[in-house]
Amino acid sequence: MRATPAAGRRLRDRVMTVLVALGAAVALLPLFLVLGYVVREGIGALDLAFFIRDPAPVGEPGGGVRNAIVGSLIINLMASLIGVTIGVGAGVFLSEYGQHPLAPLVRLVGDVLGGMPAIIMGLVAYEIVVRPMRSFSALAGAVALGLLMIPIVIRATESALALVPRELREAGMALGLPRWRVTVSVVLPAARYGIVTGALLALARVAGEAAPLLLTAFGNPYLSFDPTKPMDSLPLRVFVYAISPFREWHAQAWAASLVLVLLILSATLAARWMTRQRA
Amino acid sequence: MTRATRDPDAPARSHDTGGGIRRRFLYGPAGDRLFFALVLGLAMAVVLAAALIAYHLYAGGAQALQRFGLWGFLTGVRWDPALEQRFGALPFLAGTLLTSFAALALSVMPALAVALFVTEYAPGWLGQIVAYLADLLAAVPSVVYGLWGIFVLVPAVREVELAIYLWAAETAPWLLTWLGPPAGIGVLSAVLVLAIMIVPFTASVARDAIRQVPAEQREAIYALGATRWEVVRTAVLPYARGGIVAGVILALARALGETMAVTMVIGNTHQIPSSLFGPGATMASVIANEFTEAVDDLHLSSLVAIGFYLFLLAVAVHLAARWLVRRLTPGGRTA
Repeated sequence: MRATPAAGRRLRDRVMTVLVALGAAVALLPLFLVLGYVVREGIGALDLAFFIRDPAPVGEPGGGVRNAIVGSLIINLMASLIGVTIGVGAGVFLSEYGQHPLAPLVRLVGDVLGGMPAIIMGLVAYEIVVRPMRSFSALAGAVALGLLMIPIVIRATESALALVPRELREAGMALGLPRWRVTVSVVLPAARYGIVTGALLALARVAGEAAPLLLTAFGNPYLSFDPTKPMDSLPLRVFVYAISPFREWHAQAWAASLVLVLLILSATLAARWMTRQRA
Repeated sequence: MTRATRDPDAPARSHDTGGGIRRRFLYGPAGDRLFFALVLGLAMAVVLAAALIAYHLYAGGAQALQRFGLWGFLTGVRWDPALEQRFGALPFLAGTLLTSFAALALSVMPALAVALFVTEYAPGWLGQIVAYLADLLAAVPSVVYGLWGIFVLVPAVREVELAIYLWAAETAPWLLTWLGPPAGIGVLSAVLVLAIMIVPFTASVARDAIRQVPAEQREAIYALGATRWEVVRTAVLPYARGGIVAGVILALARALGETMAVTMVIGNTHQIPSSLFGPGATMASVIANEFTEAVDDLHLSSLVAIGFYLFLLAVAVHLAARWLVRRLTPGGRTA
């Protein structure tokens, strides 16, 4: 029996190789186009004023997105407080108390939440926060984004804790430490890179969200530090400028996109770098 | 980890009796119970959050759902906030399903090609770089895709649509009603943006599944004299199908809930999309579009009710995915 494939099979193999390479190129090309456009169009509109000025009224040149940058930072910080606290807590529960009868429920609910569209969280934060407070607010935005972060942080925490060897826990217990102390001082520190990675990825995921903020933080053309009042964010500013009819605003939308993409990519890269530190 | 060994004998050195008592308390059974209560409380907060989500979506939409009926609202074809105050979700449900499945159909093969390319075909370094970049691109926000859609994709699509329209007008006029107005903004653009956006999700999950295929599996088929494609078809794809399906469904869930990019290019009408180029709307896009402008209680309630159905749709897709992946994965693993 000859080992060389018949010509027809070899031909088919060649054809499929070409198709796979072509398919991959077709799939990835538009993604690079998007990124390329953001860089090309965005860099032109970037200047110092872009970072230190608030939006100028229509028709006036100049102006920037300081309010949106500050707003994004505040909203995401508050969201992280909510998302990371609950996410890490639930992750510890799932990993360290996985035999508890409620664990399967928590895991299922966490998974289901992970598949929720972001705008749903916006609606819920509207009902929970905006309606009782009778005002759109940064706090409502943070609740929406925090809810989005929770499932990602849970999954990251649970899998990071699962990687901590059992022997380490046993060593802690053997020292006579109570279980909680082993968890807090041995297990969590050993898994810290994995947990921070998860938190960063969750942050990168929600930092670009505009939809839930549209219904909650609402946007604000002025600089604001008050969490009970409407606040701006970079994705919202991109949206508002993109659908406006003004050329200057379009340029600023590209620039704001560039800043947003750079922030998110650096968070993602930092998360990747953290993952490598785990070893 | 050094701290763990240092701290427990601290009470012996401590002169603070209050601290000693606190310590004895925390290091006894009470400490463990306290910590467990804390962790359990945080875990229950997740369950509570999910319950609140379901409850508030239903309660917020109750006015509309009671007025038109659970089924009547879902299948109502008219959405008229201005004159008649009638609200039916079917135009948006149809828009969501149509755009999502069309985008899925367009993106599955290219995404699978990406996954195969980085795992089976490309040399190691190239595969790694491509996989890395694809993952990074998955993090680009939806609103940025929308911006690109408005200023780059829509004008390009308009050119193509115009050419097809003119061709159809001359040779096949019966096609025109199916094509619709060649405005650029519309269902076709939304489908294209969605398809582009969801590629990295399918590709990354499929890639992980393909990496899990044991090397022996491939080597065995190679040893029989198979070509690379035959190995992929007979050893790799069947083994990884659970993960591939999981990736496809993840992308579907993404597409169903995708809001900003779609809102920015779909044209936002209240009619069931009836043509390829014509405008449409999805469940998520109508919420984003009208929510902050809705002045009327019934209108607002109807939008929340659409959110309620979107929530149910997302849960259904997720549960279906779990079931399907468990069935398709060899050995019953969940990918």
